[in-house]
Amino acid sequence: MSSSLLFNITTICYMVSMLVFFAFLATKNKGVGLAGSLVAYAGWLIQTAAILLRWKESYDLGHGHAPLSNLYESVVFFSWTIILIYGVIEAKYKYRVVGAFVVPFALLGMAWAQLGLNSGIEPLVPALQSNWLLYHVITCFLGYAAFAVACGISMMYLIKAGQETEAANPSAGGIIAMFPSTRILDDLNYRSIMIGFPLLTLGIVTGAAWANYAWGTYWSWDPKETWSLIVWFIYAAFLHARITRGWVGKRAAWLSIIGFAATIFCYLGVNLFLSGLHSYGGGR
Amino acid sequence: MTTGKKGFLQSLWDFFCSLKLAISLLISLAITSIIGTIIPQGNIPPEYLQTISETKLRVYQTLGFFDMYHSWWYILLLYLFTVNLIACSIKRLPRVWKIISEPTLIMDDNFERSLANTHEFKMPGDAKGIAEKLKAALRGQASQPVVTERDGAVYLFAQKNPYCRLGVYVTHLSIIFIFVGALIGSFFGYKAFVQIPEGVAADTVYTRTEKPIPLGFAVRCEKFTVSYYNTGAPREFKSVLTILENGKPVPGYVNIPVIVNDPLSYKGITFYQSSYGQAEEGALHHLSVQPRSGGPAVKIMGRTGERIPLPGGGHLVVVEATQNVTQFMPQYAGPAAKVEVTLPGKQPETFIVFRDHPEVEQQRGGSQLIAYEGGDVKLYTGLQVAKDPGVWVVWLGCALMVIGISMAFFMSHDRYWVRIDGGRVVLGGSASKNPAAFQGKFESLVEKIKQL
Ligand code: HEM
Repeated sequence: MSSSLLFNITTICYMVSMLVFFAFLATKNKGVGLAGSLVAYAGWLIQTAAILLRWKESYDLGHGHAPLSNLYESVVFFSWTIILIYGVIEAKYKYRVVGAFVVPFALLGMAWAQLGLNSGIEPLVPALQSNWLLYHVITCFLGYAAFAVACGISMMYLIKAGQETEAANPSAGGIIAMFPSTRILDDLNYRSIMIGFPLLTLGIVTGAAWANYAWGTYWSWDPKETWSLIVWFIYAAFLHARITRGWVGKRAAWLSIIGFAATIFCYLGVNLFLSGLHSYGGGR
Repeated sequence: MTTGKKGFLQSLWDFFCSLKLAISLLISLAITSIIGTIIPQGNIPPEYLQTISETKLRVYQTLGFFDMYHSWWYILLLYLFTVNLIACSIKRLPRVWKIISEPTLIMDDNFERSLANTHEFKMPGDAKGIAEKLKAALRGQASQPVVTERDGAVYLFAQKNPYCRLGVYVTHLSIIFIFVGALIGSFFGYKAFVQIPEGVAADTVYTRTEKPIPLGFAVRCEKFTVSYYNTGAPREFKSVLTILENGKPVPGYVNIPVIVNDPLSYKGITFYQSSYGQAEEGALHHLSVQPRSGGPAVKIMGRTGERIPLPGGGHLVVVEATQNVTQFMPQYAGPAAKVEVTLPGKQPETFIVFRDHPEVEQQRGGSQLIAYEGGDVKLYTGLQVAKDPGVWVVWLGCALMVIGISMAFFMSHDRYWVRIDGGRVVLGGSASKNPAAFQGKFESLVEKIKQL
């Protein structure tokens, strides 16, 4: 059994889970919703095994390292963290339907990784041979994943809020009636960002510590660093905006979506469009 | 009266205390920071400058876009941000401190109505006895309750994690620490670079603007090596360094291997493996010279730039050499050297000689056939050199930030009040964070009290 086969099974699980979640929206049957979650978690367990197996495979090739060293591995890990954070939010707040808006992100990641990216296991270049790589990548991606969940929730919020203002047409709201209330969605958005913000902070701090250890400068205004700071500013603005009146609800949802767009640009766009020190290069 | 002036100062203070300013500054910083990720910063490649128009160039230069994170307006934004942060914290801290240090001990009717969670019980027995029982229940959920008696009623107050209310201020303070650390670094530290050939010691390093900085000691590069994976990708760059004080090796700092991600620090100055290359001076080249007419080949040798006498008169200078010519001339392989040959009474001639391509030399048609047999190449190591006395302040700030954010987000200041008035017992509660979770805690406390 190879890790690549397991990753393919994972991708299929996430695909099935997403379809089951859509069926859940249509049927409102609790059992279907449970099935959607269970398939996603099964996929996540298989993915966990696959990541560990890939780790072992790299040792078999003679240059063992954690599978977090190139774009393929990072996209796979990102989709793993998205399901993990979704699981945490679901276990804590019991709103299963959020899965319909979150699992697609994980599926998108896996599908792109499996179909479009080079999955070869390569040895680590000297610059990446450090334990800091592990701390830095894990914290950053857990943070990104929490922002992905917040973005999914914000999209649900906007749809729900849009429908509530068009209350003249209640029959159209069959599916949307399944969504938690706007008040709860707003709160869940905030809670996801409360998970993501400290993790992103830790990600930036570990990145700075690593840069200082490897090059003697904790901050060099490299485009990737700067973009992570931009993302951090946006979510800091979000957190403070909540304290002032009038910035909950729609505006908060938009800020969360913009924040996630900036996150994705920080993760992918910087490598595709800008140049810098970070090595998760575009098509490589 | 100076009400006008006072009004101005007051509104200035209010302006700097406002959260709206904080949000505007955060968003302005986010948006303006994008500029420097699109326009190249620092040492601008000339190819880039040719692609932009004259006016654009002038606008960029005036606005400092080529070094925007150090431009006056970006620094100004950061200072405004800091003043905002300090002013806002100063304004709010006393109120928060009061909540912590002088908690409301008595829940009267008005206060009760302001609480989100209340529950009323009927309990038998006298107030003292009820209070004792409730004290035990509250202790399980929060701190040792404070008991106050007034007008025949007994009041209890218990709380948990009051200090987590300071989390926000710890976070804000941490940002000031990071700024201060960065300022210390920029005033009292430096970033520099040095190239040291193998076997050579350096006591001076150079900043990006080529300003020399004496180290006060010397670093000798004993050896530099590169190792490769079997895929051909580099595996490790390693310098072996020795620190010298007054020309003598310092015990404990002899033959220290320095690789990427594993620097060497001495007296607050740190050396990082950064680059390498072939040392220009010092490489010893081996060549062979054979008369075209036949006869034995003569071996000659010498260093780059030296005049090496030729057997038949005249001399040869190795201008530059490489041990693998493929990277410059893909059609050839092996070592090669650019040589300048001056024969008696002739003009100097410059051409390239190889080890593995005698046919090229045959075609040249000189009176001697020259081959480059290779050289004992010396490498130099390129070290990044940094001194940053502010870095510990920055790390302290980072630690405080993580602690502060965790306190602010994941801890809650829970407070419980009890009023025992005759047989009527009222429990009230409130939390600084996560009202839904607190409701659960409050309800379980109510259940516990009902069991008493
Ligand atoms: C990037 C810089 C900043 C960071 C990381 C930061 C961080 C935080 C955090 C984590 C909280 C807690 C939020 C919550 O509980 O939801 C907070 C609250 C707050 N921050 Fe900031 N902050 C920053 C800048 C500022 C600035 C410039 C101001 C100036 C007005 C400010 C004023 C406040 C206020 C008034 C609160 C609410 C305090 C309360 O709830 O009593 N912050 N900040």
